[in-house]
Amino acid sequence: MARIGRRKLFKLTGAGALAARTGGIAAILAAGRAPAYAQGVGVHWLRWNDFIPASDVLLKNEIAPAAEKALGFKLNIEMINGNDLQARTTAAIQSGSGPDVICGLNNWPQLYAESVVDVSDLAEELGKAQGGFYEESKVVANDGKKWIAVPWCVLGAMVVYRKSWFDEIGVTKFPETWEQYREAGKKLKAKGRPLGQTLGHTFGDAPTFTYPYLWSWGGKEVEADGKTVVLDSKAAVDSVKFMTGFWKDAHDEGGLAWDDTSNNRAFLSGTISATLNGASIYLLAKIKPDTYQTEKGTPMFEDMLHSPLPRGPAGQFGYHLPMSNMLMGYSKNQKAAREFLRWITSKEVYQKWFDSQQGYSVGATTVWESDPLWKKDPIMLPFRAAARAGRFPGFAGPADRKAAEGLSKYLITDMYAKAVQGMPAEDAVKWAHEEFVKIHAA
Amino acid sequence: MAVSYSLAQRRPYAGAPRRGPVTRLLEDERWLAAALLLPTLVLLALFIAYPFVKGIELSVTDAKVGVPGNFVGLDNFRALANDSIFRVAVWNTFVYTAVTTVLKLALGLWLALLLNRHFRGKALTRAFVLLPFIIPTVLSTFAWKWMFDPTFSVINWTLFRLGLITGRINWLSDPTLAMVSVIIVNVWRGVPFYAISLLAGLQTISPELQEAAAIDGARPWQRFRYVTWPLLLPVTMVVVLFSVIQTFADFQLVYVLTGGGPANATQLFATYAYQIGVGTGLLSQGAAVSLAMFPVLLLVVIVQLLYIRRVETH
Repeated sequence: MARIGRRKLFKLTGAGALAARTGGIAAILAAGRAPAYAQGVGVHWLRWNDFIPASDVLLKNEIAPAAEKALGFKLNIEMINGNDLQARTTAAIQSGSGPDVICGLNNWPQLYAESVVDVSDLAEELGKAQGGFYEESKVVANDGKKWIAVPWCVLGAMVVYRKSWFDEIGVTKFPETWEQYREAGKKLKAKGRPLGQTLGHTFGDAPTFTYPYLWSWGGKEVEADGKTVVLDSKAAVDSVKFMTGFWKDAHDEGGLAWDDTSNNRAFLSGTISATLNGASIYLLAKIKPDTYQTEKGTPMFEDMLHSPLPRGPAGQFGYHLPMSNMLMGYSKNQKAAREFLRWITSKEVYQKWFDSQQGYSVGATTVWESDPLWKKDPIMLPFRAAARAGRFPGFAGPADRKAAEGLSKYLITDMYAKAVQGMPAEDAVKWAHEEFVKIHAA
Repeated sequence: MAVSYSLAQRRPYAGAPRRGPVTRLLEDERWLAAALLLPTLVLLALFIAYPFVKGIELSVTDAKVGVPGNFVGLDNFRALANDSIFRVAVWNTFVYTAVTTVLKLALGLWLALLLNRHFRGKALTRAFVLLPFIIPTVLSTFAWKWMFDPTFSVINWTLFRLGLITGRINWLSDPTLAMVSVIIVNVWRGVPFYAISLLAGLQTISPELQEAAAIDGARPWQRFRYVTWPLLLPVTMVVVLFSVIQTFADFQLVYVLTGGGPANATQLFATYAYQIGVGTGLLSQGAAVSLAMFPVLLLVVIVQLLYIRRVETH
């Protein structure tokens, strides 16, 4: 083997860069290696591992090469577990280096507002071209003055239920009110088919159930000023009182410890009759009809329907997880990242990704409601306009850092969990109220 | 030295390399010692001292992710004193550490005494005992999570089949049982560390002492109480010290198993610090929660080290 000394190494490594500066492609070829400064140019996009694996395959195998072709730079897509995204984002911001664009959940753009770039031009252009954003997408990505992220999608949350089991107890139409749902659940639980719902510390299914439930009774954290905490109200106490009976009568009591995947498993194994979830349960059962079957041996997906959460005294609401792309302030590829965001959210490119989601997530803009995708499968139809009824935690105030603090401390979820575990309803509400007061006083 | 110096002067060796100033400096043992210690010092400074100082600095500011923040004195600690979830986390951490330490010590010691005997397949058994400690905690905790799953629990299934229970045990859904569950997993993971460390300690005890005690008529319990235990005590104290520190700051086990739930029933210092620091981006408050552990751990370390020194000097 030829020995390469220190001086020779310096000469060799300098050759590529020097050749590139002076002699162009021919010189680079002659040097036999790419110039150092040409490596690493491109956009690094960080996102979660999708619950619909086909979308990740599409991004890696089709979108990334297409981006390189259309934009002239490399698109590096990194996918990690959704639970690890925040730790990664925090580390990137604190160290000032990391992915150029991060696709965040919930109102993270508000948490990292000082570390992201104003993308008003991109967001406004997109909103105008695609029928406007849903309110939920807007409140998390706009700080009231400017857009701090480009909305990406909204993950619809609906109750998925076993049609035949509801039919058997004489409920042929999904219950419209909480009282009706409780009555149905009582009968189902008596037959060993309870409703399934988590009240645990898990970021998706717990708050997407407990917040809309509270709103539907007329309860809310704060007034529109975003400061006056008003949780301790008759509406909230009533909602908690109802929940304690509802839980005992109709629910699988193991749900207090469930994470976001537990209810999927319980539903698909036939131990619960209904649960609030994204469309992933149905879509998985549809992909694997031989694996997931009913007790009669028929494909389970044929026995599933979706419905919004029932209505309460104050109305019917939903909390669907919004996702948005943040262009990070530390990024040295701002121009390329902007080009990428404009390209990936354009109708033609986004269409491919939207199709791959099969309705699991809807677009952040209303134009996607009229997409032909919704004609393919009527079971998915309730997801089409779900985001219209969406609110975000922090209501009636802004979706700011304080709203996120209440959300990440699971205060609303724990308010119900404490009551279900035996704490008097008034005390549980008072506890959560005082925690919110502390958050808003800070 | 003078002789060899004069010899070297008289007959200079042509091929001897010239000694540069660095080499000459390093010939002085004090400088050499400093140079050899330097990498360790740099590592300690980078990975222990810097994060610690940074943690203190963060805890006295109102820093958030991406915002350096201003000095706020002890405001974050005052806020913690008023925080009901923090109080629950403190209580939980003490209960968790105390119960697991006692159980791990008792079971670990028992296992070590058994493993110290001669039997067939001794080496293999010792290797197997270490398994829970070797498997990455996150992986093994996921397995436990499945075993405690309210719907699919293999533990429930077994108890049901044996006719010991008629209904389901909600291991992770009931606040008390959730704490019991995380304690069980921690003990399962920690016992091998105790067993192997104490076994190493037991093997340093001369069998002659046991034999002498036996000849003098000491019963097995007396031999353990008056011969084995006093000799094993210094090792035990070190093992307990390490274990208490690790358990007190435990994160991954609870994070994976319960996320601190239900309703904060298993929330610990570390999980709460993560929830506030990373989940909400309030780095300063997260740092304050972490640092709140420090005085307690410092006290534990001081007491135990003083005790070890006393035992050794006696």
